[in-house]
Amino acid sequence: MSIFRSMVTYILLVIGAVIVMFPIGYAFIISFLSGAQLLQGVLWPDEWSLQNYVTAFEKVPLLRYLWNSFIVSFIVMIGQLLVSSLAAYAFVFLRFWGRDVLFFMTIATMLIPWEATVIPNFLTIQKFGWTNSYLGLTVPFFALAFGIFLLRQHFKTIPFELYEAAQVSGVRHFRFFWYVVLPLSKTSLATLGVYSFLTTWNMYLWPLLVTNDEKVRTVQIGLKQMQTQEMATEWGVVMAAVVIVIMPTLLLLFIGQKQLQKGLMQGAIK
Amino acid sequence: MFRSVKQNFEGMLYIFPSFLLFAIFVFYPMVRTGYLSVHMTDFQGNPTNFVGLEHFRYLLEDVNFQQSVKATLLFVLYTVPPTIIIALSLALLANEKVKGIQLFRTLFSSTLGMSVAASSVIWMFMYNPAIGVINRIITALGGEERQWLLNPDTALIAVAVATVWMNIGFAFLILLGGLQNIDSSLYENAKIAGVSYMYQLRRITIPLLSPTLFFVTTVSLIHAFQTFGQIDILTKGGPMNATTVIVYSIYREAFINYNFGFASAQAVVLFFIVLLVTIVQFAVVERKVHYQ
Repeated sequence: MSIFRSMVTYILLVIGAVIVMFPIGYAFIISFLSGAQLLQGVLWPDEWSLQNYVTAFEKVPLLRYLWNSFIVSFIVMIGQLLVSSLAAYAFVFLRFWGRDVLFFMTIATMLIPWEATVIPNFLTIQKFGWTNSYLGLTVPFFALAFGIFLLRQHFKTIPFELYEAAQVSGVRHFRFFWYVVLPLSKTSLATLGVYSFLTTWNMYLWPLLVTNDEKVRTVQIGLKQMQTQEMATEWGVVMAAVVIVIMPTLLLLFIGQKQLQKGLMQGAIK
Repeated sequence: MFRSVKQNFEGMLYIFPSFLLFAIFVFYPMVRTGYLSVHMTDFQGNPTNFVGLEHFRYLLEDVNFQQSVKATLLFVLYTVPPTIIIALSLALLANEKVKGIQLFRTLFSSTLGMSVAASSVIWMFMYNPAIGVINRIITALGGEERQWLLNPDTALIAVAVATVWMNIGFAFLILLGGLQNIDSSLYENAKIAGVSYMYQLRRITIPLLSPTLFFVTTVSLIHAFQTFGQIDILTKGGPMNATTVIVYSIYREAFINYNFGFASAQAVVLFFIVLLVTIVQFAVVERKVHYQ
């Protein structure tokens, strides 16, 4: 590659990075400024005081919200991995009546936007008495067509001879599933896990509907509250909360980026 | 025979958790939404009397609903093409083999890790008329301060700009993956033949990337029709309903006005719009897409 071309590439890369990262960097800087400094139009903090972070934890039960978000995301992740891998296993390794029809129905669920079904789902959760509970925040998301599809694609690459050998030697299905199929699919499971955790952590509409209680409220709804309540004048504190909220997912993304990309691509191309 | 019954039973057992959940949280609510859409409901969501297509007839006349359809379509137009063009440009850049490229790839995909709520709060402050950075930059350049989110002429565009930013990470990551899947020997041949970068882009990259572009476009379109969080935080559907996109309209009708039947009718419309987009995409684009 010519020097000229790589120079141009670098310049464009840096411009791109500055534009993409600007809002995140901006939030970070604001989180170190006091209300008075913001009004004066100070653009760079002269001291990196953590006061806003302390205030954020004091004024709202941020720790509680973070914990709730973590628990909810973790439960959904485990639930999706378990439920999806069981179904994917059946679609790949088991012969049973109506298998193709059921697989078609699984794919068809991807055509139904969650928002189009949100009203009856809300009423169902209310009827179950699951509002303001981890159950209501997690169980509706356990079955995921995308997850079943992704894992099915991977399970199909496992040599069928392995399955036959297990059958001949009388290994039970569940043992084969648990001790052979799952360990061979670690990468796909990790991809789906990262995906589940990220999307659940970032969920907005559903937790807004089914929680109105601090005990189970997730951190995203906590942010909305901070921004609408009297805190609105203390933008530094709000931004400190924003930084705390985005940290776990950004880290997860940076660590799991390659995995996630590969997995999402599988869904895209196949 | 016994074996096959056992096999059937076992298959069902593994499928059962998924289909029980699909039945409760996908299939039933879809049917129920249709059912509620032809009924009047009480404030707890129980159907009271059958009204047929009355809700849909009313939707056709309702100025608010027309406004929300218009806002939704404009929003899709303002967000989907810019997201794809910007993400594609970034992906092409990040696919160059230069030192330290991994860092840039990570940075470009970072908005994928940002929640709608966090992103919206940041943009809310950026749009702040008094102390936000956008007005600061504009006044520094000699422009006029604006109330971006309070002015009906700019609110939808302002939300769209924020949304484009939020969606770049996802589109970028998928497109980059698509670029990396293209057989590099094709480029080596092109290099030997001495073709220009633009020619190469038009004749090799874009055609071979078309399945991925197709996927990203479909997902972005469907995603755009489902927009809610940024509207709820940034504008609450205002000013003068300029940003009341369809999902926000459903939310307001159902969970603020407790008009579940009428909201369900709108949800049915949303379902058909998304279905239509998917079908059109598959039917029209599929023929033009180049599969390897």
